[in-house]
This record gives sequence, C-alpha cells and structure tokens, in this order.
Amino acid sequence: MRQITKDFPGVRANDAVDFKVAQGEIHGLLGENGAGKSVLMGILYGLYQPTSGEIFIHGRAVAIRSPAEAIALKIGMVHQHFMLISNMTVAENIVLGFEPDGYFWNRKEIAQRVAQFAAEAKLPINPEETVGQLSVGAQQRVEILKVLYRQAQILILDEPTAVLTPQETEALFRAMRALRDQGKTIIFIAHKLKEVLSICDRITVLCRGKLVGTEDAGATDESKLAEMMVGTKVVPATRIGEATIGDRVLEVKDLTADGERGERALEGLSFELRAGEILGIAGVEGNGQTELVEVLTGLRRPTGGKVFLSEADLSGITPRTALDYGIRHIPEDKRKRGIIPGFSVKENLILGDHCRPPFKGRFSWLMERVIRRFADKRIEEFQIQTPSRDTPIDSLSGGNQQRLIVGRVYGHQKRPTLLIAAQPTCGLDVQATRYVRQKLIELSDQGAAVLLVSADLDEVMAISDRILVIHNGRLHEASKRPSRQELGLLMIGGREDE
Amino acid sequence: MIGIWDILDVALFAAMIRMATPLVLAATGGVITERSGVINIGLEGMMMLGALFGVLTSYWTGCPWLGVIAAMVVGGLAAAIHALVVIRFNANHIVSGLGINFIALGLAPFLSEVIWGSRGHSDIVTGLPRWEIPLIKEIPVIGEILGPHSPTVFMILAIVIIANIVLFKTKWGLRITAVGEFAKAAATAGIPVQRTRYICVIISGILAGLAGVHMSLGHLSMFTWGMIGGRGFIALAVMISGNWRPYRVLAIGMVFGFADALQIRLQGLGVPVHFMQMIPFLVTIAVLAGVMGRSRPPADIGKNYEP
Ligand SMILES: Nc1ncnc2c1ncn2[C@@H]1O[C@H](COP(=O)(O)OP(=O)(O)OP(=O)(O)O)[C@@H](O)[C@H]1O
Ligand SMILES: [Mg+2]
Repeated sequence: MRQITKDFPGVRANDAVDFKVAQGEIHGLLGENGAGKSVLMGILYGLYQPTSGEIFIHGRAVAIRSPAEAIALKIGMVHQHFMLISNMTVAENIVLGFEPDGYFWNRKEIAQRVAQFAAEAKLPINPEETVGQLSVGAQQRVEILKVLYRQAQILILDEPTAVLTPQETEALFRAMRALRDQGKTIIFIAHKLKEVLSICDRITVLCRGKLVGTEDAGATDESKLAEMMVGTKVVPATRIGEATIGDRVLEVKDLTADGERGERALEGLSFELRAGEILGIAGVEGNGQTELVEVLTGLRRPTGGKVFLSEADLSGITPRTALDYGIRHIPEDKRKRGIIPGFSVKENLILGDHCRPPFKGRFSWLMERVIRRFADKRIEEFQIQTPSRDTPIDSLSGGNQQRLIVGRVYGHQKRPTLLIAAQPTCGLDVQATRYVRQKLIELSDQGAAVLLVSADLDEVMAISDRILVIHNGRLHEASKRPSRQELGLLMIGGREDE
Repeated sequence: MIGIWDILDVALFAAMIRMATPLVLAATGGVITERSGVINIGLEGMMMLGALFGVLTSYWTGCPWLGVIAAMVVGGLAAAIHALVVIRFNANHIVSGLGINFIALGLAPFLSEVIWGSRGHSDIVTGLPRWEIPLIKEIPVIGEILGPHSPTVFMILAIVIIANIVLFKTKWGLRITAVGEFAKAAATAGIPVQRTRYICVIISGILAGLAGVHMSLGHLSMFTWGMIGGRGFIALAVMISGNWRPYRVLAIGMVFGFADALQIRLQGLGVPVHFMQMIPFLVTIAVLAGVMGRSRPPADIGKNYEP
C-alpha cells in the first residue's frame, strides 16, 4: 500500500501511509485508539475507497472497490466488531456469499461440509448452532473460519484477541502459526504488546494516521513499541498504598441463575464486596460471569438466592432500579449493550441518566445545554477522539467507543456506589488501558465498590485487592497474592494442592 | 329472519378465496422486500396502478392477458422508483412509499377521466376468463369453493410455494435474509447489498401489480376508483402477522379474505355499509394485537446501507 490517504468529514484517518507486508509473514499493526489501523485495513478490504494512494498485490497495482473484489483477490478480514448474523447458524454464516454451486440449499450437506472444514482447520465448531447463542470466543472462531473458507491468502485480523481468554488466544496463535507455515500472510492488529511481540515477525506502528516505522520483532521490545506509539514512556497503573476498605456494599448469597439456553449457569454463589475494594473475578469466559453480571445489573432474573446492596434487597430488580441505586455497568458486549449505534456521541454519553435531572427538565424536556456541556466535558476528560459531540458513534474508532462507555459510568454528579466492570479495557490502547485502570482505582479510593470481571489475568492481578476465580458457576477464593499458575489452575477447575 | 347458514354458504367461501388473493400476492411481495431490509408501504399505490393499467391495456388491445403483463410491468416500475429513491438517494422508506401511494391516488382518476370521461370508473373491458380445475370441480362443496375463479387466484399457490422455496431453500434466500438482518455483514461477506435490495423491491412491485390486476380484470372487469380500498395496507398487516413467511402469509391472508368476503355479504343484508366496511380493519387490529411481540421483523429493516 503506497501513500494511502483517507479523509473523513472532519478527520484524516490515514495520512500518506506506506505499508508493506511480505508473503508468509505475520505482520503486526500497532497504534493508539483512532490511529487509523481499522481504516487502513478497511481500504485494503474494499470497505473504504482511499482519498489518494495505490495498492499493489504481488507487485501488481489493483483497485479494490468492494469486499467482493477483495475476496476475489484472496484477501480476508476479521473485523473488530463481529460481522455475523446472529439469528443464522454457524454454517450459514460461514458459507454466506460463498455458497457451494447449485441453486438449492442443502442444510445438512452444508453443515457437514463446514464441520469437516472446521475440523481440518483445527478450529472445531458446531455448525448447527445459532451464532447469537455462542460465546464471543466461539464467534471469533466462526469469523476466522469464514475468512479461511473463502480461501484467503492474505488474512487481516483486526483485534481478534481483544475478547479472547488466554487459552483461546493461545489456540488462535497456534492456528495463525500453522497458517503462516502454509504460506499465508497475516496482518494482526492488537493492543497487547506482549501478544504482538510473541507472534509477529515484523511490526508496523501508526500514530495519528501517520506511519511511524516498521521494526523486526526480534529487534524491539515492549517499551520501545509503546514509545513509538505514543511518543512517551508508559508506566503501568497500580494502586499506590493500601486500599481503605469500608462497609459492606454488596452481599450475594447462594445466588443461582439460568443461562441463555436454560442451563444452570450460576450454582449458588456467595461473596461480599466492601466500599473501597476492587474485587477481581477471573475466569475462562462462559463459566457464569456473564450471567452474574446480568443478575447484578438487573438484566437477568435469578432463580434463587439473594442480592443485597447495603441492606436493601435487590434480588431480581430492573436495570432502572439498579441505576437508581448507583449500580453502574461497563458491559462485556460493548456493541450490543454499551451503545446505541445510530445515536450521537452526546446522546450515548447520557444514556441511563437521560431520565434524571439535570438532563431531564420540566415536562420531561431534555436540557440540551446541560447535555452539551456535560458531553464536551466527558469528551475532553476521557480523550474521546471525535470530530464533534454530534458525530454518530458508529464512526468513532472501536477504542474511542469504549472510552465513551467508560466515561459514562461516572454519571453526572453522583459517583457510582457499585461499579461492575466487565472486560473494561478490552480494545483499549496501552495508554487508555492505563487510564481506565487508574480511574477504577480512583473510584474505589473515593469509596465505590468495584467488581472487576475479566479474562485478562494481568489486569485482574494488577489492580484487584482480592481475587475470586469463577469456574462452572462456582466461585473459588484465591490466596492473598496469588501467582499466575495458581489462578490459571483455579480457572480450569484444579487446585494447587491437588 | 336470516339464519347463519344463509350467510356461511359456499359462495362466501369462494369469495373468501377471491378476496384473499390480492392480500396474499401483495403480502408475499412485502415479505420479499422487507426480508431484504426495504419497507414498502407503497404496495397500495402499486396495486392501484396495476389495476388501472391492466384495464387500460385490455381496453386498448382487447386482450386481458396483456393487461396482466402490463400490470406487473407498471407495478415493477413503480417499485423501481421507490427502490431508486431509498437505495440510491438514501431517502426514508416510509416517505418514499407514501409518495408512491399519492402518485397513484392522483394518477388513477386523472387517466380515467381522460380516457373514459369519468373519474370514478372505467368502461367495462374484457376481463380474465374463469377457470375450473377438472376433477376437483366435481366434488360437492369443495369443487364449488375452488372454482370457477380467475387464473390469478390459482397463481397464488404457485407464487407462495416458489417464494418459500427461494427464501428458505436457496442461497439467494440466505443472501436476502442476510442483507435484511445485517447489511454490513452481508457486504463484508461479498454480497452486493444494493443490487439484492433493488431486485427484491422490484419483485414486490410486480406482485403488487398482479394483486391489483386481480381486483380489476380478475374480478370486476373494470377499474373503479377506490377498488383497492386499503388492501395494500391490510397486506402489510398480513405480512407482519405471517411473521414474514410465505406459508403463514397464505394462511393469514385467508382469514383476512374471509373478513372481507363477510363484509361484502353483510352489505347486502341492510346493515349499514360503512359499518361493515370496518370489519377487515377491525380484524387487522385484532390479529396484529394478537401476534405482536411474537413476530420479529428483520433487524436492519428500514435502515439504509451506504457502502
Ligand atoms: N466511517 C467513518 N466515518 C468517519 N470517521 C471515521 C469512520 N471510520 C473511522 N473514522 C475515524 O478515523 C479515525 C481512525 O479510526 P480507526 O477505526 O482506523 O482507528 P483504529 O486505529 O482502528 O483504533 P482502535 O484501536 O480504537 O480500533 C478515527 O478518528 C475515527 O473517528
Ligand atoms: Mg480499530
């Protein structure tokens, strides 16, 4: 890709970028949120037309006007936000647009074909399952299979690991190495530098739409890359000094709940959370953490047990009451539950508070001036890169959407009493990750109770005061300063002393 | 005193099938366009244009079959305009559909006045023949209900079956559904979203035109202003109650057809006409209230996609 420039109204997403990838390598693409990684790859995949610049594949100049043309050139892309149709089956999603010949659609035959293909690709999956019911990790696998099924030689993976557990990430990396050894070329976007260094052969860094440089993975390290990305050194966020633990805020007693398919997801959980405390819940995704978060935020009805918030019985409340009690939520599925895609930045920032003063005035009138001022303040405070507060949220980069969601939990005046943060930093660049973690710590210092649910062990270990591990709908307490090994074992259901 | 069996007779059920036909045709068109994500409330206007141009063609050529073809072409053209406005120029689907309805509503009396010298109705023209199914016509009761009917009546079965096969048993159906559920995902899978939508909208117009010509050439052999009388909108209700599935649309269409036939029958019995004409709409409200929440529209419906 030579001298690629792309302008959107109000922003230059790519500025004369030269980007070269050699065949058969895994090439990392790094950059802060909004640096223009997704847009650059979108141009390569025919989703956007560059304002200027040219693309060459195997030395031949090509014009890629649509994803169909990119697919014909054997380019495949796994998007940052899943491009899956949730009420269709896995098999249907995989073969969509690339169906076998013949007019008729043979469900069984296609399911069989997909199952076989998935097994050969070492990414096993049940082809008959509806995609909407799958865990994010499994959906990710469907996306990769979709690309492979189209016989792509150049694979673009836009932040595929953001939503994966360590185990799933390992599995993905194994698959990626196998693909590279078959001669396929992979472009890999991620924010976790460790991951990028461990898997990539070469790494290119973008900063604010401009190319910073390309390095050999062997000749660089984390701090160098971070410096390239942001221009300064980044120190990790940690709690300075001891937490000041206060009264009990949340008490959960023998909580049980069913999952999406009616199976038992929570098998009687009990724990307490105190003011000023950050409680980390680690676990492999799909072990009940989603359901736990949903019950606590009023999105799912428990089947048994009790939830108390400072003595008030909150078992089976509605999300609205949860908000009234000061329970705030950073949802795991940010696209589905975190934002309303057609709404502007400003509107998304007041969601949940829109029905309360000062945003709601007399006769339920929305107080436009207050809202604007509030939005501008949050945009500045959380460094949300957006042309304006009225920009539709869809046109923000993924990481910037995420910043907005985090910014929103701060509410207008009232600080949250209980913050439930599910994967709060997934998809954030190093600096923003640090910023969000720092904010969580700050919040707890101000007396909020924080429940941190994350599959990222480093994150849980970095800022939690206490760690519980969830496995098969049950909680296990870890020791005071647990090692990675101990947590890893607990996560898969083992105990160190066994 | 008139007994209930004087009303619920064979002729009433024959009328039910006749009145269900335009609803099922237009609703099937609605299913196809909406599954691709484009709302078409212009069905009413497209039916009216189909009815008018069908009669007009038969008037000029003396051949009702040419009238049928003309109706389908005109319905398709009107739909093409709707498609262009919403797909190419990103207009709101409802506004554009409303525009089509108003054009038809104005054009019909105008042409009727110019050609036949009356805004209200056309001359009588050669209508479609009446068909009977050999063997089946011998069966008592059923034979009388199933015939003789206009050929358009018999077409609905074929059209519903074909629509069902295309939507659920072919890759084209999968693509249409994908486009209507999540246009961007379909686009990234290499499916031409806009082209798919154009085709589906135009098909809905063709079916609406056919529905309209059934009302004129297949029924009265003339065109009267107001002959469509909101059936294009009832077809939308049939489509929704049918959960965007052709077979269910056929079944629900019969329910509405029955209400329509009953309404016409009761008019002859001295019950106030305007009161009776409410029946189909009351049924619409009742049925919609019953299925609401259980039928789920395509997720990306009414949303424009810009590549
Ligand atoms: N469709 C669009 N319309 C307008 N602006 C856009 C659009 N897509 C992206 N942008 C802008 O282009 C810039 C680059 O966005 P891009 O999505 O490439 O960032 P990114 O590097 O992928 O970041 P992240 O790590 O957060 O995903 C951002 O400022 C974003 O607001
Ligand atoms: Mg991105």
